[in-house]
Amino acid sequence: MHTALQSPPRVWWKPAEAAEMFWVKLAFAWCLILFAMMPLWHFKGGQNPSGIRHRVEPKAFMARTQEFIAAYKIGEDHGIPVVAPPPGSDVYLIGMMWQWQPVLQLQKGASYTLHLSSLDLNHGFNLYPFNVNFQVVPGYDYGLRITPTEAGDFRIVCNEFCGVGHHTMVGRVVVTEGPGGMP
Amino acid sequence: MSAAFRTCPVTRLKVESQAEALIRANAVAATVALLIGGISAILVLLTRWQAVHLLDAVWFYRILTVHGMNMLIFFIIFFEVAVLYFAGAILLNSRLAAPRVAWAAFVLMVLGMGLVEWTMWTGRADVLFTSYVPLKAHPLYYLGVILFAVGTLVGTCVFFGTLVVAKREGSYTGSLPLVTYGAATAAIIAVITLGHGAAIYIPTFLWSMGMMNVDPQMYRLVWWALGHSSQQINVAAMVAVWYLLGGLTVGSLVLNEKISRTAFVLYVLFISMASAHHLLVDPGMGPAWKVWNTSYAMYLAVLASMIHGFTVPAGLELGQRVRGLTKGLFEWLARAPWGDPAFSSMVFSIVVFGFVGGITGVTFGTEQINIIAHNTLRIPGHFHATVVSGTALAFMGVTYYVIPLIFQKRIAFYPLAKIQPYLFAIGMFIFSITMTFAGTFGVPRRHWDITFSQAPFDLQYNPAVDAIIGVMALGGLLAAAGGGIYILVTVWSVFFGERLVVAEGQPLTGHGLPPGLLKPPSPAPKEEPALAHTRFGGRTPGTMALVMIFLLAFVVYYFVNWKLLSFVWKIG
Repeated sequence: MHTALQSPPRVWWKPAEAAEMFWVKLAFAWCLILFAMMPLWHFKGGQNPSGIRHRVEPKAFMARTQEFIAAYKIGEDHGIPVVAPPPGSDVYLIGMMWQWQPVLQLQKGASYTLHLSSLDLNHGFNLYPFNVNFQVVPGYDYGLRITPTEAGDFRIVCNEFCGVGHHTMVGRVVVTEGPGGMP
Repeated sequence: MSAAFRTCPVTRLKVESQAEALIRANAVAATVALLIGGISAILVLLTRWQAVHLLDAVWFYRILTVHGMNMLIFFIIFFEVAVLYFAGAILLNSRLAAPRVAWAAFVLMVLGMGLVEWTMWTGRADVLFTSYVPLKAHPLYYLGVILFAVGTLVGTCVFFGTLVVAKREGSYTGSLPLVTYGAATAAIIAVITLGHGAAIYIPTFLWSMGMMNVDPQMYRLVWWALGHSSQQINVAAMVAVWYLLGGLTVGSLVLNEKISRTAFVLYVLFISMASAHHLLVDPGMGPAWKVWNTSYAMYLAVLASMIHGFTVPAGLELGQRVRGLTKGLFEWLARAPWGDPAFSSMVFSIVVFGFVGGITGVTFGTEQINIIAHNTLRIPGHFHATVVSGTALAFMGVTYYVIPLIFQKRIAFYPLAKIQPYLFAIGMFIFSITMTFAGTFGVPRRHWDITFSQAPFDLQYNPAVDAIIGVMALGGLLAAAGGGIYILVTVWSVFFGERLVVAEGQPLTGHGLPPGLLKPPSPAPKEEPALAHTRFGGRTPGTMALVMIFLLAFVVYYFVNWKLLSFVWKIG
């Protein structure tokens, strides 16, 4: 017998005792379950970060967002345009130092493709209070199919450091029970 | 340069003077970084605790950068270089290969650290630890990191050279001791990591001078192959230190070399894939890439940690049982030297690393569960349990043997040293679980003001968050007190401490020495004495009971998180 500080005899490839092997096998079985859960959730689960992913020039994404705002704008809030896109549409949300554009008004139970990107630095999309998080990377369009399951007045917090005004970067999403104005 | 040796009176190991001097230099540099990182930790904590909110926004992000770089890079890596020289030269009774080159590596590392410190403190690098492009720092910041990395790489090569020298000069017989083997895997992972570091910091350095473009997503991919993999150097080095401390404090035995070494090889093969943990909700990669990489190819590196999580305590248990502590399931644990700061550090390191750090890490690193964890306080909650309560605490524990054996000094303020691991471990345990818990409410990491007082839209977290963060702050301050005592004890012992004079062949006596040195564990018997074999747990039933509790906690936490995920909006 020897400690881990001592050189073992040259031949140390020896069978392990049953209890140790039992733990190794049990741990490996658990690892396989851990692995299987991810593909399984792609088929059975409702929350997957796959989305539609493209490269996009920040300026081009900004232009798309402005077109989107012009098409569905219904008002302004704190100087930020409020848009109410129809169910099933493509929705554009752009992060920039230090705000989210535009304010979104969505309908409960309707599906949208939410396109996220950034004009400048990395930003973080955090939907309050559901704790849903995505990385917003300049140069990339992250299109996530979302279905709001609850009505209410929600916030988007930037949770990726983006300079000294980072903590002021809060946006807004409103989800209505059906077609209609702001709650 | 001819090698000069002394024989350690306790361990009978031959200690070469150059190796010893280099271990000292690297350990001292590590402690300086720990001091800077520790002071900045307190400042960050007192700002995030909204009731105090100490720093302004500019200084908060600046000091947060300082905290990350000093703790995760400078402290840890200087210490790891010291561990490599120890496991290479001292444990193998060998001289250190190319000591002049090792000194040059040290100078490069100090120079690199100096450049990084200067740019950070003067506001030229307010980019946080990750410095995500296109957030830009002064070119000398990137150059500093590159110099530090090159120095580390050279130091790693000196370690590999030492293995060759020891083998060729026949300074040991048989195979490498398990501790050295573990340190060698850490060194191999370090080479992989530093390769990625070069692949990202050199282009970024050029980009910062306007000479090329760096894609932000590519930066995140390659940077994390450095950022996360470097934490895997810590894991391998920490596990090697667990085996070392078990042997030094209670004479832990190795159950089976094959199993433990195979587990180390799994680290080398799979652990670098963990870059993916940071990119699970990124737009640049598809689901197949994410699932395969985040799981380290079907969780084979997790398997490795779960194996060590069994073999380290089982080695302890076996060592104690062989020496007569055979009653019941847990006499070996109850009658262990809990007053030995190295022993208590090791136990707390294993427990918090496994139960908090490991379980949360695997859970948050699940592709879909990451949606409810990414960039919230759950993430720093996880890694304070791994790298602070795990690695840093294990390193603190080994210091209590390094001071008498390498620095040849008695430990100053020994009663304080005895309680230090308790303060630090309990503090960090409270800190990391409350931080993780606050993150489940969506509280962001790296954020100056979670009351959002200057934001256009109001937002108020669940009132419970205030209370949780209050408790987190108390845990953090407790840990800071433990960290402060560690620095006081080590600095005082090394620079002003009483020299340890030992007559050849005489046992160590007197104050300021851990029990493992005053009364070293009796040598392991050549042949195993007859031990009771239980049906379920073999020779180590206590450990089997403990790992079953661990697995149960793991399963519950993992599936609770899937349940939490199922409550949020439909996303696909």
